[in-house]
Amino acid sequence: MDFFMRNILNIVTYFPLVGVLLIILWPKGKEHEDGIRWIANLVGFIGFVISLPLMLSFDNPKYIGADGMRFGLDHEWITAIGARYHLGIDGISLLLTLLTTLLGSIAILSSWSAIQERVREYYCYLLLLQTGMIGVFVALDFFLFYVFWEVMLVPMYFLIGIWGSERRLYSAIKFFLYTLFGSVVMLLGILALYFFQHSQTGVWSFDILRYQRLSIPAELQWWVFLAFFLGFAIKVPMFPFHTWLPDAHTDAPTAASVILAGVLLKMGTYGFVRISLPVLPQATLHFLPWMMTLCVIGIIYGALVAMMQKDWKRLVAYSSVSHLGFCMLGVFAATPVALQGGILQMINHGISTGALFLIVGIVYERRHTRLIAEYSGLSHVMPLYATVFLIMTMSSIGLPALNGFIGEFMILQGVFGDNNLRFWAILGASGIVLGAAYMLWLYQRTMFGKVDKPENQKLQDLNLRELATFVPLIILAFWIGLYPKTFLQYLDRPVIQIVQRVRPGILQGQEIKTTAVVMKSGQSTTER
Amino acid sequence: MDQYNVASEVFSFLRKNAAYIGPQIHLVMWGMGLLILDFLIPKEKKRLISLFALLGIAAAMVHWYRLYHAGVGRAFFDMISLDSFSLFFQLTVLIAAALTVMMSYRYLDEEGEQHGEYYALILFATSGMMFMVAALDLVTIFVGLELMSISVYVLVGFLRFNLKSNEASLKYFLLGAFSTGVLLYGMSLLYGISGSTNLQVIGYAVSQNPTSPAVVLGMIGMLAGLFFKVAAVPFHMWAPDAYEGAPTSVTAFMSVAVKAAAFAVFFRVLMVSLGSLRDLSTILISVVAILTMTVGNWAAVTQSNIKRLLAYSSISHAGYVLLGLATGSELGIRAGAVYLFLYTFMNLGAWAVVLLLRRRDIPGEQIDDFNGLFFRNPWVAGLMLLFLLSLGGIPPLAGFIAKYYVFAAVIQEYLTAGSKLMLWLAIIAVLNAVVALYYYVKIVVAMFMKELSEPAELSFSVGNTITLIITAAATIILGIYPNVVIRFAEVAALPLL
Repeated sequence: MDFFMRNILNIVTYFPLVGVLLIILWPKGKEHEDGIRWIANLVGFIGFVISLPLMLSFDNPKYIGADGMRFGLDHEWITAIGARYHLGIDGISLLLTLLTTLLGSIAILSSWSAIQERVREYYCYLLLLQTGMIGVFVALDFFLFYVFWEVMLVPMYFLIGIWGSERRLYSAIKFFLYTLFGSVVMLLGILALYFFQHSQTGVWSFDILRYQRLSIPAELQWWVFLAFFLGFAIKVPMFPFHTWLPDAHTDAPTAASVILAGVLLKMGTYGFVRISLPVLPQATLHFLPWMMTLCVIGIIYGALVAMMQKDWKRLVAYSSVSHLGFCMLGVFAATPVALQGGILQMINHGISTGALFLIVGIVYERRHTRLIAEYSGLSHVMPLYATVFLIMTMSSIGLPALNGFIGEFMILQGVFGDNNLRFWAILGASGIVLGAAYMLWLYQRTMFGKVDKPENQKLQDLNLRELATFVPLIILAFWIGLYPKTFLQYLDRPVIQIVQRVRPGILQGQEIKTTAVVMKSGQSTTER
Repeated sequence: MDQYNVASEVFSFLRKNAAYIGPQIHLVMWGMGLLILDFLIPKEKKRLISLFALLGIAAAMVHWYRLYHAGVGRAFFDMISLDSFSLFFQLTVLIAAALTVMMSYRYLDEEGEQHGEYYALILFATSGMMFMVAALDLVTIFVGLELMSISVYVLVGFLRFNLKSNEASLKYFLLGAFSTGVLLYGMSLLYGISGSTNLQVIGYAVSQNPTSPAVVLGMIGMLAGLFFKVAAVPFHMWAPDAYEGAPTSVTAFMSVAVKAAAFAVFFRVLMVSLGSLRDLSTILISVVAILTMTVGNWAAVTQSNIKRLLAYSSISHAGYVLLGLATGSELGIRAGAVYLFLYTFMNLGAWAVVLLLRRRDIPGEQIDDFNGLFFRNPWVAGLMLLFLLSLGGIPPLAGFIAKYYVFAAVIQEYLTAGSKLMLWLAIIAVLNAVVALYYYVKIVVAMFMKELSEPAELSFSVGNTITLIITAAATIILGIYPNVVIRFAEVAALPLL
């Protein structure tokens, strides 16, 4: 047990590869395909279960490292360049890792009947992707981080390119090249930091935590910030680097869309939180107005374009652009509340948008069209489905008692609390209104009214498996909406650390406000 | 008695010095033995000669290993310098030669051109390369270069009844001869300045008078000749035609071994003799590097013939090595060495897969021939994917380490020297990495996402299976754990500083 807990990050990260190996060795033939599905689902589910101890033993002093990171693993790797195999998590990576294992297993479950061709490969890619994504969140060495960051491009490329819809090849390569472009520029930034770090300390190292302690001259910070910005902003994606997203989402198979929206985009936001802000605090402050502008444009533009979409999936994709604008607004404001809200909103977006893509996937699997006009009055034939959709719509537009509300509220409160940023909060808030507009309009057009298409008359409601994919998400949506402290408590300490780096002046007065928000759930923050 | 003394002195001189060129002697002797053997072996058993050639390379490798441990030294009045730099590149070309021989014999059967001369020429070319990389003298460089080039000219035209092969050979020969002339012209100017053919003496003479027109002209002549050999833009015109027309196995050999050897000479000449012209050479090489990467990549995008595509891709890869050269720093030399070593494996691997597609009556040279390869043989398609991703620089494969190192060298030079040129080099280099991936992915799309077109079997043999296994293993292992290569390259860079 102790061995398990000490190596838990390795085990959680590489467990999906066990599934890949089993699936490759599994006997060939159509009749064995269900076996492959079972393996993949079991591996996905077990992968989630074994990641739970991360949360349960998070505060066990046995696993807390000197640097405050939990379950740390630090081995020599490429000694010649100073890259180390360094893993470890804090509260931020904890939540994102759990989100990954959960959404990963849900994505695998959702593919059971949707994928009928090349089943073996499909699950291999899905599981490989899982390893790559978890790796990004747990890596504390920049070199290792970059390796995982790039590794997951390949399976995602195949998922879109092989199992996608009409324009899959175009969308897949666009996704691949666009993100690759961002990451190679980021690599230059990493190298600049690497050499600067060496010139300061005489040690060759890629350690992110070490980078966070550097004080870097402003000019170098600027251009490294821009290099990282390109890498992360393309992944998030922030306006104007979002154009790959609607294409990739529209053409990806359902499970890939869920992963893409739920986890992959979070890698970009995570990069900002983990690296850009704490490593390059002055540059962050310097570019703050620009970043806020891009976020707000993203929020409003994404919402407006979403409103105009005829394609259900494209609508959800653009809503992602808008919602991630919110996340980034909170992150860049870098006040404790806003940052906490921004990180929580990453999780929320994973839950609600992941669910929305599952929802589109279910009717797409039955009808093979994504056009909104093809559907109406579905609530009459699929009542259960309509209920789930309603909950997730409300979660997405931020109805109180559901998760989206907490995140958006914290972000707006945090941004508004800073006199200089108040303006952006007001603009950003308009996104909530627009969000409600396109989501409710979508719901109205598809769920209400008459069932005018004969094909829609006989649509099956959710079966047990499909329902099972939604249940955990619904539970989480309510959980975060009603008692966010369970999750926010993990964020207090890392958020304070980041804010200390970026805006040390702001902390004294603001700590009370953090408490104020969490008070909503009836408790004050514990001191972390 | 006097005559006896002279004879014994000569003998002992030769014995002492010849030890340093032992591997080369091995290669030449085995090559000649193999030509005789060729007459004795009946036509249907000609394949055995490849085994013999492999033994020759193995013998050379054993000798190399002994030299590696016995320590370094100079031989033949400083004409040969056996140092860690030479050892590094000698190993590279030996590995390339061994892998080429292993993947060749089945291919030659398919082409119906199974002759002993092929292997002999490979061995001769390899020994020429080993002379080049160990040369500390213009004469040795030239002799080695010619031994290599002439062997390769013949190899390119080895498919006697194939018009394209003949055309390629002639083109390569004529342009090669011309570029050798330019190289010689540069050499003669440097000799005129210094009165010596020794690279270090030249280096001293050049440093005394770095602005003299003769020196600059001499450098430009030498650079032009070497640019030709590594197929850098704008001296690359021969490459696509020669690569396309040559027997595929020879193309593979050229794209790694010839390139590695020529680059080794390039590094040594530039660092040892022309070090005092750093400012000028950096600008020249940077411009050529930018052109090479960009033209190579953009031209590759439009190719539908896999050999031409890989030819242009290898041009662009040469551009990345030139980046290391352009920095002229210690890290730059290391980066170039690491790049060429790792490139040997991933590129030969990709060529080995292309060779599998050559079947009697099927040229297998179009990208369309890759269609649905995954459904025919998922392992081969998977390996090709691996090599292509590695060539594209996706971690954790060897190609990423190679690219990483080059970028690191350029960024370091930017940070220490603060030259904006280096920043632009870095940015153009990373953008090119994206373009490169586009055409590599074209092959991936054909293999994984198109319907199977040609239902013919692949041309497997023991040799090319082993080649595939070795190259794939190296691509993965040296990608995840490149310590060995980097350490070796670190030592290799020292003699040039």
